[in-house]
Amino acid sequence: MDTILNKYSTVKESDVKVWFKTAEVNKFAKNGGVCVKYKDLQIAVFNFERRNKWYACQNLSPEKKENVLSRGMIGDDKGIPKVACPLHKKTFSLETGENLNGDLAPIATYPVKIEGNFVYIGFSE
Amino acid sequence: MKSILVIGNGMVGYKFCEKFVAKKTSENFKITVFGEEPRPAYDRVHLSEFFENGDAKALEMAPRSWYEENNIELITNERVTDIHRASKTITTINEKTFSYDYLVLATGSSAFVPSIKGVEKEGVFVYRTIEDLEGMMAYADQLKKTNPEAKAAVLGGGLLGLEAAKAVMDMGLEPHVVEFASKLMPRQLDTRGSSVLKNKLESMGIHIHLSKATNKILGENAITGMEFGEYDKINVDMLVVSAGIRPRDELGKTCGLEMGTRGGIVVNKKMQTSDPEIFAIGEVALYNNMIYGLVAPGYEMADVAVDQILGTSETLMTEDIDMSTKLKLIGVDVASFGEPFMPVEKGYSIIFENKTKDLYKRINVSHDGKKLLGGILIGDASDYNMFHQIYLNGLPIPEDAEELILGARGEGGSSFGSAMDIPDAAQVCSCESVTKGAICSSITEGGCNSLADVISKTKVTTGCGGCKPMVVDLVNETLKSLGKEVKETICEHFAYTRQELFGIIKVKQLKTFDEAIDTCGKGDGCEICKPLVASIFASLYNDTANKEEVIQDSNDKFLANIQRNGTYSVVPRIPGGEITPDKLIVIGQVGKKYNLYTKITGGQRIDLFGAQLNDLPAIWKELIDAGFESGHAYGKSLRTVKSCVGSSWCRYGMDDSVGFAIELENRYKGLRSPHKFKGGVSACIRECAEARGKDFGIIAVEGGWNLYVGGNGGATPRHAQLLAEQIDNETVIKYLDRFFMYYIRTAAPLMRTSTWLDKLEGGIEQLKKIVIDDSLNIVKELETEMQSLVDAYQCEWKQAIENDDMVSRFQHFVNSEATDDNIVFVPMREQKQPAAWN
Ligand SMILES: Cc1cc2nc3c(=O)[nH]c(=O)nc-3n(C[C@H](O)[C@H](O)[C@H](O)COP(=O)(O)OP(=O)(O)OC[C@H]3O[C@@H](n4cnc5c(N)ncnc54)[C@H](O)[C@@H]3O)c2cc1C
Ligand code: SF4
Ligand code: FES
Repeated sequence: MDTILNKYSTVKESDVKVWFKTAEVNKFAKNGGVCVKYKDLQIAVFNFERRNKWYACQNLSPEKKENVLSRGMIGDDKGIPKVACPLHKKTFSLETGENLNGDLAPIATYPVKIEGNFVYIGFSE
Repeated sequence: MKSILVIGNGMVGYKFCEKFVAKKTSENFKITVFGEEPRPAYDRVHLSEFFENGDAKALEMAPRSWYEENNIELITNERVTDIHRASKTITTINEKTFSYDYLVLATGSSAFVPSIKGVEKEGVFVYRTIEDLEGMMAYADQLKKTNPEAKAAVLGGGLLGLEAAKAVMDMGLEPHVVEFASKLMPRQLDTRGSSVLKNKLESMGIHIHLSKATNKILGENAITGMEFGEYDKINVDMLVVSAGIRPRDELGKTCGLEMGTRGGIVVNKKMQTSDPEIFAIGEVALYNNMIYGLVAPGYEMADVAVDQILGTSETLMTEDIDMSTKLKLIGVDVASFGEPFMPVEKGYSIIFENKTKDLYKRINVSHDGKKLLGGILIGDASDYNMFHQIYLNGLPIPEDAEELILGARGEGGSSFGSAMDIPDAAQVCSCESVTKGAICSSITEGGCNSLADVISKTKVTTGCGGCKPMVVDLVNETLKSLGKEVKETICEHFAYTRQELFGIIKVKQLKTFDEAIDTCGKGDGCEICKPLVASIFASLYNDTANKEEVIQDSNDKFLANIQRNGTYSVVPRIPGGEITPDKLIVIGQVGKKYNLYTKITGGQRIDLFGAQLNDLPAIWKELIDAGFESGHAYGKSLRTVKSCVGSSWCRYGMDDSVGFAIELENRYKGLRSPHKFKGGVSACIRECAEARGKDFGIIAVEGGWNLYVGGNGGATPRHAQLLAEQIDNETVIKYLDRFFMYYIRTAAPLMRTSTWLDKLEGGIEQLKKIVIDDSLNIVKELETEMQSLVDAYQCEWKQAIENDDMVSRFQHFVNSEATDDNIVFVPMREQKQPAAWN
C-alpha cells in the first residue's frame, strides 16, 4: 500500500512542467475542499476564500491511506492555514504539508493558479 | 572528552540526560544512552493514556531529534548484557563494546510475576510498557468478538492494579481485582479507608476479591479462570498481573556490585554504587534499603548523579523521601500522604466517614496539635494538594485540627486560605523540584500568560502530574492578581466558553460563520470552532447542515457517517422502530441495488453501509420517494426514541409506548445538540425498551408516565435519574422541551446529558427546580424556543437532493465522473466489509 503514498511528492512552483486545467472557479466550494483527478492522482483543492488563497495537496490521508482530505475542514493553527483529516482530525499545513498535531510524514502540496475563471494545478510530470 | 554511558532509557535515564546537558560544564562529556525498548523514553506514568488515544508519540519524553541536537547518542533496541569493571567497558546483546569513564545504571524495574501455576498461559499480561498495553488491547478486542461479556482480572489491588482495572474496564471487559491482603492499596490505606473505596469501586462495576491467594491459573492454552481454593474459583478470560515490581539489577549482580538482600543495587547519598565510577538511579537503586516506585525520587536521584559527576556541587539525596500519592484516572478520588497509619506514640488521628457518600477522610496530627503528619482521603481528594503542602512544609494548622476536614463550624467552607497562602519556598512540584515562588514569578516576571506557558517554562506537572490542581490554582490566582482573565476557551479563535458564545450569537443574531468570527473571534477558525458554531446556529435557528456546509463536521457535511474506508453509511429514520412491510422492502431493494451491507442497529432501525460518496444522492432519492427521511445518524442530534411494543400487543402494556415514541421522535428529529441524544419509551416497569439507559426515558406506571433523564450506554453506562412521576403525555413533552433546551443552552461541546447533569451544581434536585418549579424563571422562554425549532424542521436530505448545487458536493472528483478506485471491500458472511487498514 505504501506505493500509493509514494505517488505523491511536493511540487514547487518553479518545478512545474504541466499546468493542469481542472474546472471552473465556481465549482469549488468557498472555504471548503473538492477533489481533482489528474492521471492516477487524487488532489484535494481548497478555495480558502477568507484568505483569498488557493491550496492543493494530496487527497490521501498519510495515516490511514484513504482518499479523504478534500472532505476535511480547513482553518488555521496560529496563523498557518491547515486542513483537518475527517477520519481522526490529524491536521496538516496547507503551505508545507507538515503534520501540525502529530509526527506523521508531511503530505505533498501542489501549486494552484487561477486563469480565465479556471483553476489550474501544477505538476512536474 | 570523558565518556558517560547511561544504561536504560526510561523516565529517569532520560531525566539524567536532560539535567546533564542543561549544565554549562557538561560540554566536556559525551553521553551515550542504551535503551532496550524500541522507542525513546516515554512517560510511563501516563501509560494508560495510550489506551485512550493510541498516540505513542504524545507520551515521548523527547523526540529522537532532541538527543541529536544535544549531542547525545541514543541507541534503542539494544540491551546491555555485561559490565567489565576492570577494563571499564560494557558489551551489548549485539556484541558491541563501549568504554566509559562514568557509568549510570537506570535500568528501572520490571513487573513482578509470582510463580503461580499456569501464569505462562495465553491471556496473562503485565502492565509496564507500551507493548504490554498493545498486547492487552489486541487480546481484549479478540475476546470481545467471540464473547461480548468477557471478563478480565487484575492480580493485585495496589495503586497500579486499580489503574489497570480501570484500563480493562475501558476496554469493555468486566473488571475483577484480586488482592492477597485483606484490604485495597495495602501500603497506603487503612482498613476503614479500604472498605469505603471497595464500596465505591463496586458501585462503579469493578468486582473486588480480597484475601485471595491465587494458587492456579486455569485453562488449556489460554486462561479461563483463577483458582484460590478447591471450591473457590472465578472465571476470567484475561489477567493482568500487577503484584509489585522487581528492580532490573541483573547487570549489577553479575559485575559484583553490592546488592540488597532482596535485590536492588545499593547506592549512597551520592547515588554511587559500591564502585565509585558507577552510579545507579531510579527504580533499580536501593537507597536507605528501599526501592521507591515513584518518579519524583527518581528525578531527584538523577539530579544528584548529574551534580556528582560534574563535581560542581555537593548535592546529596534527601534523607526522608516523600511517598505521598494520589490515584489517577479511576473515577474516584483516592490520596494518601505523609504517614497514613499513625503509631500512637507519635500523635492522634481525626477520622470522618460518610458511608452514604463513599467519603472517608483521616488526618494524623502530632500530640501537641501543631503539625499535620499524614492522612488518607477517599471520595473527595480536593484538599490533597493543600494538605500535602501543609505536611511537606510544616505549615501551621488550625487550633482545632478537625476543621481541616470538617470545615470551620458555622461558616462552612474550608478553614485555610487559598493556594496563595503557602510560602514561596514551598515545593509544589516534587518531580521537577519547582517551588511556589518559581511558578508565580514565571508569570509576574517571566512573561508567562497561561498554564501552558508556565508548564513549558518550568516543566511543572510534567512528571507524575499530581501537582496539577495546585499549579492550576496558583496560575489562575496569579493571573487574576495581575488583572488578567482566565478561562477555558473554545480554541485559539474564540476566547469564550460554548455557553458564552451561544449567548453572544443569540443576542447579536449572528447567522454565518464569517459573521461570528469577525464579530467575536479571530483568525480563520478550525475543526474545533467551526462545527461548534454550526451546532449553535442549528440549535438557535434549526438551520439544516446544508446552509453552510463547509463549517459542518465532515459527517454533517455529507449527511452521512464516514466509515473506515472513506465510504459512508445511510440511515433512514424509522420513528419508534415501527415500519411497514412495504418500506422494509424498499430498504431491501436499495441495499441490493447499491450493494450495501445492511444491519439492524441498537436504536431499532437499519443501517446501510459501504455507500460511495457519489451514490449518496441517488440512494436518498429512492428512499425519500418511498417516504423516508434522514435519520440524522451523522449529527450531534436526536438519534432514535426506542420503544417496546406496548399496550397494542403486549399483555403487560399499560400505555401506547410505540405511539408516544413516534410522537417524541418526530417532535425532536433534526434538532442539533451538544452531543448525540437518545430516548426510550417502555409501557411498563419490565422496561423492554431499556429507556433508563438513554438521555431521556419514559416508563408507564399506574397513573401516568415516569420521566427519567441523563442516562446513557457506551463506555461508562449510566442509569437515567427520575425527574418526575406519574405525569401525563402533555406534561412529559413540556418537561422534555424545557430539559432538552436547557441542556442545549448550557452544556459544553460534546458533553452527554449524564456528564452535564453530574456537573450541574445541585444535580437532579437542582434540575427539578429549574424544569418543574421554574426557579430560574425561564421555562416559558425554553418552551417557545423549542417550539420554534420544532416548527422549523426540514429533512435535510430532501433539501439536498432537490438542489443541483448541493448534489455536486457528493461528486468524488470535481473534474471527472470517476469514483475513488482505492476503495477495497472484502467478503464477510454473505455481505461485505472494508479491507483492513495497514
Ligand atoms: C502504569 C504505571 C503507572 C504509574 N503511575 C505512577 C504515578 O502515578 N506516580 C509515580 O510517581 N510513579 C508512577 N509509576 C512508576 C514510574 O513510572 C516509575 O517510577 C518510573 O518509570 C521509573 O523510571 P526508571 O527510569 O527508573 O525506570 P523505567 O521507566 O522502567 O526505565 C528503565 C528502562 O531501562 C531499560 N533497560 C533495563 N535494562 C536494560 C539493559 N540491560 N540495557 C538497556 N536498557 C535496559 C528498560 O527497558 C526501560 O526502558 C507508574 C508506573 C506504571 C507502569
Ligand atoms: S416494557 Fe412492559 S409493556 Fe413493554 S414490551 Fe416489555 S413487558 Fe410489554
Ligand atoms: S509533583 Fe509530579 S509532576 Fe509535579
